[in-house]
Amino acid sequence: MGQLERKRGGAPVAMRRLTLITVPYLWLLALFLIPFAIVFKISLSDIALAIPPYTPTMEDGLWALLSQLDFENFVFLTEDDLYWKAYLSSLQIALISTVLTLLVGYPMAYAMARAPEEWRPTLMMLVILPFWTSFLIRVYAWVGILSSEGFLNQFLLWLGIVDTPLKILNTNTAVYVGIVYTYLPFMILPIYAALDRLDGSLIEAAEDLGCSRLEAFWLVTIPLSKNGIIAGCFLVFIPALGEFVIPSLLGGSGTLMIGKVLFEEFFANRDWPVASAVAVILLLILIVPIVLFQRNEQRQAKAEK
Amino acid sequence: MVNDTSFAPWDDPQERPLIRFQNVTKRFGDFVAIDDLTLDIYQREFFALLGPSGCGKTTMMRMLAGFEEPTDGMIELAGEDIAHVPPNKRAVNMMFQSYALFPHLSVWDNVAFGLRRESRDKDAIAERVEQMLKLTRLEKFAGRKPHQISGGQRQRVALARSLAKAPKLLLLDEPLGALDAKLRQATQFELMDIQEKTGTTFVIVTHDQEEAMTVASRVAVMDEGRVMQVATPEQIYEAPNSTYVADFIGDVNLIEGRAKPNGGGAYHINWAEGQAPFEAKSDMVLSEGQRCHLALRPEKVGIQPNKPEEVNAVQGKVLDIAYLGNLSTYHVELSTGQVIKAQTANTNRLSRRDFMWDDPVWVSWSASAGVLLSQ
Ligand SMILES: Nc1ncnc2c1ncn2[C@@H]1O[C@H](COP(=O)(O)OP(=O)(O)O)[C@@H](O)[C@H]1O
Ligand SMILES: [Mg+2]
Repeated sequence: MGQLERKRGGAPVAMRRLTLITVPYLWLLALFLIPFAIVFKISLSDIALAIPPYTPTMEDGLWALLSQLDFENFVFLTEDDLYWKAYLSSLQIALISTVLTLLVGYPMAYAMARAPEEWRPTLMMLVILPFWTSFLIRVYAWVGILSSEGFLNQFLLWLGIVDTPLKILNTNTAVYVGIVYTYLPFMILPIYAALDRLDGSLIEAAEDLGCSRLEAFWLVTIPLSKNGIIAGCFLVFIPALGEFVIPSLLGGSGTLMIGKVLFEEFFANRDWPVASAVAVILLLILIVPIVLFQRNEQRQAKAEK
Repeated sequence: MVNDTSFAPWDDPQERPLIRFQNVTKRFGDFVAIDDLTLDIYQREFFALLGPSGCGKTTMMRMLAGFEEPTDGMIELAGEDIAHVPPNKRAVNMMFQSYALFPHLSVWDNVAFGLRRESRDKDAIAERVEQMLKLTRLEKFAGRKPHQISGGQRQRVALARSLAKAPKLLLLDEPLGALDAKLRQATQFELMDIQEKTGTTFVIVTHDQEEAMTVASRVAVMDEGRVMQVATPEQIYEAPNSTYVADFIGDVNLIEGRAKPNGGGAYHINWAEGQAPFEAKSDMVLSEGQRCHLALRPEKVGIQPNKPEEVNAVQGKVLDIAYLGNLSTYHVELSTGQVIKAQTANTNRLSRRDFMWDDPVWVSWSASAGVLLSQ
């Protein structure tokens, strides 16, 4: 009887499961793969004075379209050292700001996890609060803080720590400040989640077995929040690598980031094919950390089971 | 250790206690968790703290381990005041109620954790770890992570880890709480065995009175932050000092009455209007008419169909029969409405049971069977 019922219910169940699986893939197809295919196609085209500003287009027919595509733009990227310097510099800036964000975010997450239970929702709110205003406005506000006449310099002058205003705005330092500030919640939240789950008696056990406070922190707290640290670092590193708004608003002429290069190719030079090639390479660079991130998440999910 | 009658350092005035609680009080805000506690625990003892949930057992342990400081009073370990000694500087290890095994480390590394803090000698550490794993029969699981072993195995890892540093004092906070009855019993004997082999002083917290009676050299019965009685399991059972202790440990009949001294430690207890008084013996001095309780263990109460020769005998009828396999407990209702429990061993098969519900029976006990309690 039970078996019969299961058989009758079989088809709809399989259908439902199939739908459940296909929906996210359709989503991925529509929002990621198709746009990527279009960008990739453009990266293989040639610049043209037309609308859209490249050839060939679909109107030329499929055969003409396929036969005219080539890797010229990618070859061009290797010839002009602007591009690989921009990639390297972006990697460097993203890496340094990730480390800085970790250094600022970990103590904050730790303090949050240690705070009395009744404070935690408030602290959590404070971390998320900045998301309620526009990202652009918040970054722009840093111009007012960091510029030569900005709040920071006026404050330092008033304190007498400096005689002449520091040049912070339009340097890489300002970019670091901007990235750390913007992406801090992405670092804090996963680390806080890991620390919140950590059983306090483990720290006591470590102390009981002869650890000082600091040793217990290194040997127990850090390893047990490792997954939160890894997740936070990827969540900061991945968007920071292609960051455009922060280097354009806070960075200077010396700040070389691939997001800025991309923007200039698209809008200043109107060279869509080269810009697309830049974007494709950026994506390929990002796939490595994204895959690593996914593996970390999966491992964590498995360990929790 | 329990049957070793020669082990009684608490009776020896020459002996210096390992742990001394002197008028220790612990408050959390206004709440008094430990109330003016004075207690000595001796070297090589297996000391059990017994009491209902929330009576302050864990708090006492945490003060010994160094996670809480007493609000008042002094705790001495081996003659030294330990109030301001941090947990990592005490020769005390604790086995946590939750085991608190490090989930990121293997069984081997968990056991080695404490050893690595004090020594760099890899071979010595390895040797000690192997020894501990052998003692707790965990050799086969050395490479596993805590989440890959069973509850009983985890509990043994926690024990091995806390024993590895050979502490002067080992604290066990409800170590067997998560185990089922069979495994629990086996582990109790294992614990006693280990305690004897290592010579460590054990303080064990439990709310299971049977466990305390099985493993302990002495038991402290606690209630609301106070110690009600400290004595050997036999004394606690046979000579409780209060109705609280008598009631907490095992099954007991408590009969309230008024004492009438008869000389030579003999008393008549007037327990009900118009009934013959019970006879009881006591070392305690009770005044004429003093209110007291007669505490009677059910197994010391006999049950017969006819009036027996015993000094204390009352008639009643069987109200209830609790069949416990090896034993049967009869609940006998007296004409006064009081219920007395009498226990008999089931040496006969069930079909030949002597009494049925509503049978008229006599319950009886000797003058020395019960304990007189004034509080
Ligand atoms: N850190 C603390 N803050 C406030 N109250 C506490 C704290 N620790 C324990 N208590 C209280 O002290 C009492 C004794 O607790 P505990 O020692 O854990 O009891 P037990 O282990 O005997 O069950 C309980 O009522 C508990 O609520
Ligand atoms: Mg407890």
